[in-house]
Amino acid sequence: MADVTITVDGKKLTAPAGALLIDVCRKAGIEIPAFCYYPGLSLQAACRMCVVRQEKVPKLQTACTTTVAEGQVFITDSPEITQARKATIELLLGNHPLDCPVCDAGGECELQDMTFKYGAGESLYAEAKQHREEQQWSPAVFYDRPRCILCYRCIRMCGEGMDVWALGVQNRGASAVIAPNGGDRLDCEQCGMCIDVCPVGALTSGSYRYKTRPWEMNHVSTVCTHCADGCKVTLGVRQSNDGSAIVRADNRDKSGINGDFLCAKGRFGFDFVENPERLSKPLVRNAAGKLEPATWEHALRVAAARLKEVRDSRGGSAIGVIGSNVTTNEENYLLQKFARAVLQTNNIDHERTTDYSAFAHALAGHTGRSASLREIAAAPAILLIGGNPTEEHPLLAWELRTNVRLNRARLYIANTAEIKLERQAKAVLRLSANGYTHLPAYLGGSDAAIANTAFREALLAEESLVVIFGQEYRGAPVEELVQWGVNRPNVRFAFLGDLANSRGAADMGLLPSLLPGYVPVTTPGAFAAEYSGMPTAPGKTHPEMLAAAANGQLGALFIVGANPVSSLRSDPAQLKGTFVIVQDIFLTETAALADVVFPAASLYEKTGTITNTYGDVQLVKKGADRAGTKPDFEILVRLAGAMGVDVKALVPFGKTGMTADLGQSRGAQAGEADRHAVWLAARGLEPKLSPFDPLAALDEIERLVPAYKLDRPNLFGGNDATTDPGFVPVSALSGPDLVTPTHNGLFTSGTLGYYSDSLKDLQRHQTPARAETAAD
Amino acid sequence: MSSETMTIFSPKVAARFDALVQKYPVKRSALVPMLLYAQDEVGYLSDAVIADVAARIGITELEVRNVATYYSMLRFKPAGKFNVQVCTNISCMLRGAYDLFDRFQDELGVGHKGVTPDGVFSLEEVECIGACCWAPAIQVNYDFHDDLTPDQVPAILDTYRGKAKAEGTAAHA
Amino acid sequence: MPKLVSHPDEVKIVTRRFGQGAANIDKYIELGGYDSAKKCLAQGPDWIINEMKASNLRGRGGAGFPTGMKWSFVPKQSPKAKYVLVNGDESEPGTCKDHLIFLHDPHAVIEGTIIAGLAIGSKLGFIYLRGEYRYLLEIMEKAVADAYAKGFLGKNIFGSDTEFQIITQSGAGAYEVGEESALMESLEGKRGVPRIKPPFPAVVGLYGGPTVINNAETIATVPHVIAMGGEAYAAVGSPRNGGTRLFGVSGHVERPGVYELPMGYNLKKIVYDVAGGVRGGRKLKAVVPGGSSTPVLLPEEIESLGMDFDQVGKAGSMLGSGGVVVIDDQTCIVEFALRTISFYQHESCGWCIPCREGTDWLKKSLTRFHAGFGTAKDIDNIQYLAENMMGRTFCPLGDAAAMPTLGFVKKFRKEFEDHLNGKLCPFAKHTELAVV
Ligand SMILES: Cc1cc2nc3c(=O)[nH]c(=O)nc-3n(C[C@H](O)[C@H](O)[C@H](O)COP(=O)(O)O)c2cc1C
Ligand code: SF4
Ligand code: FES
Repeated sequence: MADVTITVDGKKLTAPAGALLIDVCRKAGIEIPAFCYYPGLSLQAACRMCVVRQEKVPKLQTACTTTVAEGQVFITDSPEITQARKATIELLLGNHPLDCPVCDAGGECELQDMTFKYGAGESLYAEAKQHREEQQWSPAVFYDRPRCILCYRCIRMCGEGMDVWALGVQNRGASAVIAPNGGDRLDCEQCGMCIDVCPVGALTSGSYRYKTRPWEMNHVSTVCTHCADGCKVTLGVRQSNDGSAIVRADNRDKSGINGDFLCAKGRFGFDFVENPERLSKPLVRNAAGKLEPATWEHALRVAAARLKEVRDSRGGSAIGVIGSNVTTNEENYLLQKFARAVLQTNNIDHERTTDYSAFAHALAGHTGRSASLREIAAAPAILLIGGNPTEEHPLLAWELRTNVRLNRARLYIANTAEIKLERQAKAVLRLSANGYTHLPAYLGGSDAAIANTAFREALLAEESLVVIFGQEYRGAPVEELVQWGVNRPNVRFAFLGDLANSRGAADMGLLPSLLPGYVPVTTPGAFAAEYSGMPTAPGKTHPEMLAAAANGQLGALFIVGANPVSSLRSDPAQLKGTFVIVQDIFLTETAALADVVFPAASLYEKTGTITNTYGDVQLVKKGADRAGTKPDFEILVRLAGAMGVDVKALVPFGKTGMTADLGQSRGAQAGEADRHAVWLAARGLEPKLSPFDPLAALDEIERLVPAYKLDRPNLFGGNDATTDPGFVPVSALSGPDLVTPTHNGLFTSGTLGYYSDSLKDLQRHQTPARAETAAD
Repeated sequence: MSSETMTIFSPKVAARFDALVQKYPVKRSALVPMLLYAQDEVGYLSDAVIADVAARIGITELEVRNVATYYSMLRFKPAGKFNVQVCTNISCMLRGAYDLFDRFQDELGVGHKGVTPDGVFSLEEVECIGACCWAPAIQVNYDFHDDLTPDQVPAILDTYRGKAKAEGTAAHA
Repeated sequence: MPKLVSHPDEVKIVTRRFGQGAANIDKYIELGGYDSAKKCLAQGPDWIINEMKASNLRGRGGAGFPTGMKWSFVPKQSPKAKYVLVNGDESEPGTCKDHLIFLHDPHAVIEGTIIAGLAIGSKLGFIYLRGEYRYLLEIMEKAVADAYAKGFLGKNIFGSDTEFQIITQSGAGAYEVGEESALMESLEGKRGVPRIKPPFPAVVGLYGGPTVINNAETIATVPHVIAMGGEAYAAVGSPRNGGTRLFGVSGHVERPGVYELPMGYNLKKIVYDVAGGVRGGRKLKAVVPGGSSTPVLLPEEIESLGMDFDQVGKAGSMLGSGGVVVIDDQTCIVEFALRTISFYQHESCGWCIPCREGTDWLKKSLTRFHAGFGTAKDIDNIQYLAENMMGRTFCPLGDAAAMPTLGFVKKFRKEFEDHLNGKLCPFAKHTELAVV
């Protein structure tokens, strides 16, 4: 659209013709109050707060529906306009309960703010206010009707935004109410988006209600621990008896890759950190064979001594290390470095949820072929193969829906089953059971296995395309699919994985044959010099490690944030003869068998970076604090220290050119720096740069992994920095049989979900309803 | 849904609904009249009616409720067999509508939105029914009675009582 | 059965066939029916629109927009189907003229709809009647079926290759659905909430297609305009206000009823002469000139007031729907205001804040006030509230509630003051109102 010039309050503004006046004004810093207007959702013009005067127009106009055209002249601030807005607020307050002192929204309420601004403090009305009991619609959502100002944001968010359509408006006039689809209960995805967009305290969150006042919380912006989409989340954190507790999770600053969005897990599933079963003391198996609480010093000494002994007597190959999908990149990097350089073994692996190494291999030598989430969100055409984003990648589903709705993007879906996103699809290709393997050939023009030329023609007519594919692909088929695309201009790829840092675990070399950046251990290049003493033969995969343990070939097994006993359904007896060290946040099935257990901090309690499945790196900031636990990074450094390793070599903090974390990443916990200072001082180390600063490891990652040349100002500004695995030279493939997707749904999240009461409640709430509809 | 087998409506009304959804450029246009006709047959919009209509139009029950609760002729509880609607809006008010309404209350022993114990009558004070020049006016179900005085109330009620009886016996016969 | 009235000053154009059994299609044809439609079919759209423009026919639904001009706004070419919508939602208190048209002359509505369709190039028209008008809907449905049977509607109307279909539709109780865009929503099976304008219906209307929407009386007048010729029709009325209008006179008059009088006819004469004067020889207190949303006029204001859109507008009120409500001196204006506002409170769709909350608070304040619990400040507050609703709402319903309120408070402030301080209503009969 051509630009036009308009005059607002005497200022000349330039904007594309047809833009909404309210957006144009807001961009120029001219405040226009609004209740019903919400960017990206359909227009309502219902609240009448945004009224402005347009020259030569008799009535006040709503800025939310006025489109700009050349030469228009507006006044947005005048006694007349102030009066109109004030009167509207007076009318709203007439029936509003004004229970602000006990309202969850108090202090972050748009009605309060506007009343403050327009000064409708005096009540004109003598009549009794309507009172109605608050309703609980679901474990997550409560509705307090008298507070509702009927801005319809929730209805639109649920319908247009989420494509769930679980909220409606019923009755009319002054009796109008927001109503849920189940009569008195809400049957939906429980995303809680309706709560977020509510400008007042009409919709409140089951987990946050009456817990605190907003100003009593610190607000820490970090990344969700649950799925591999990596939503930015703002934690509301408050001091508690044993550290500091998360009271709320939302995304009010709307600044991350997820914009407005957060799903039920991101919003309500943080409560696992508060679970009473959280480990808070190290445990050491005593002479009687029982795990008993121990001091950190003792536990570290026992573990270090044993690791050292096994390494020195039987060699590094007698030690196995299994890493995690939910620890940070720095922790993963450090873990594999510790394994390779200190324990001198390539027996390092993690529970792979997606075949990222095949993906990296397929893309090797082709730059700019992987799609970040932002690119997906703006792509004019998308091909989604396999997967079910609505359940497993809620943010991706949101971005695809939004892209279709607001940008008229074209979504093509190829799937063996019907998925909900088909409602947004331009075309659907229904695949037979083994259809995925035939797809590359089909896309390449073969009608042998799949006969649907129309779908292919529409797809190939697109000038550019983002291909998103699911975990149905692993091994050679990944290669074939990517091959089809890299031979065409403007095709990019994204590969769907499962957990918060599954991608980071693979990228950081938690793999027996590949170093960080998918560099083969057989040709370690720069790593050889950095990791002195590192073996160059590929190590054991994690099933192989467990098998080795069963055969008595493994002296020690070090497991960080993984639960192979449960995930591989292995026989606990297999680990009998092996010394097992576990770092975790709960006493999992695996931890229960360990000889030493270290209580670890969760992702919400530490600092670092993680990488989502699209390769976007984001900063994780410490929100909560749990007494007794330590971040995995710190445990590793201490363990290495206890083994007598020069920690300055392991974590090269303080080297020239190193960037320290200047406190940006510490979140709410300023006091943490002091604790580190004590440890450092005791060892005569430089107090300003700490070996527990994961960012010291990030420096090394950036130096050694070409894909991780991160845009630091952006990263520390709370944005996502993209990586491109296409830079990486890879020659080895991992076995497809090693990949086990977890397929977490809307309310499940592996171990974390198991310990989240909120998610369990939501699941219980939704399950009977689904059963009922299924029976219909 | 196969309306023949699952519907809660009589074959005649079901057939009418089948035709109704075909009639418009958009199926959903049938919604408002369909709700009214469904109410005419069933007496009110029960959950079953709402579910049936939702299936016929192909929208959610929530959407049907959103729409149904908007229109003041639609109700969600049974009314009397004969719903007496007394207009008290300005033109009728000026010509004695409140006296008329009072008389109906006295005769029926129920107030606004009340239903007589025998279920024959319900009473409602309603907004303008478009009979202002023949005020005061009422509607009993869809029948207009205009230019009324309170004294005519017993006779009107008797007529409908008679109808109720006749239909009652007819139904039993 | 609604009583038909007449008066020598009436100019019977639209009511010409009333009382003659014209609901029967043969009778209608015998009385010259469908000739206009055939003529229009032969003459084509431009000619029709020119005749309509020449007629100075202004919309009878309330706003008085020139009909010919409205039709001319519809784009000639449109990728989407175009529609004609007849607004028979007639719900403005004081208005019952369309009632008589549906009852006595349903084919005039059909014929008018066909002509509107020919004028804008539409193939489908809808006739929407309020839900309460069930017996009238049945009459309309029968008439439409008869017109189909005669081939006046269908794929080849009057044997031509032009298609025109009509669908009749029932509402289910909602005044707001009379607002043109809310009516489209209702017809699309949705809540009767108005739409954001622009775009206007002539460009984006029903099902997103260009749509002409007219009041039933406007549409029923169209065949007569065509029959008489636009200029002849215009000559009957006053400047810029062509033809006649159906005035529904109700309230405290001797001979209430619907009278067809030329535009510009004197209001005082309507009250005292046509409708037989104030009932029982009482004194006139006030007249609501055009349905309950139009500001009330004092006896001195009607003296030389000609009933057309411009003159009534100049007098500070509106011609509206032509519903003249006559109020005698035994009437409590506060109660009348309360009953008026109760209606708008009940009918507010609730979409926008000023109307939803404003009508609710006006009703509550007036209820308390009329019950004798008002304070002097309440009168100011009522006025303040109404002033702040005016022009601020999403659709004109908010104005429809605010305008008459302002009229009552300004013109009858003394009577409001007489209710103050626990004083019983001077006209007390029904101090307590049942809440609708
Ligand atoms: C709240 C409201 C209610 C209305 N009700 C009616 C109505 O019942 N009948 C009608 O013809 N017009 C009604 N109108 C006017 C219509 O919006 C529209 O202007 C009219 O149908 C156009 O027809 P006309 O140009 O022939 O007058 C109403 C307008 C508003 C704002
Ligand atoms: S003014 Fe607002 S609330 Fe009132 S009827 Fe119009 S849109 Fe609805
Ligand atoms: S923001 Fe414009 S009316 Fe609400």
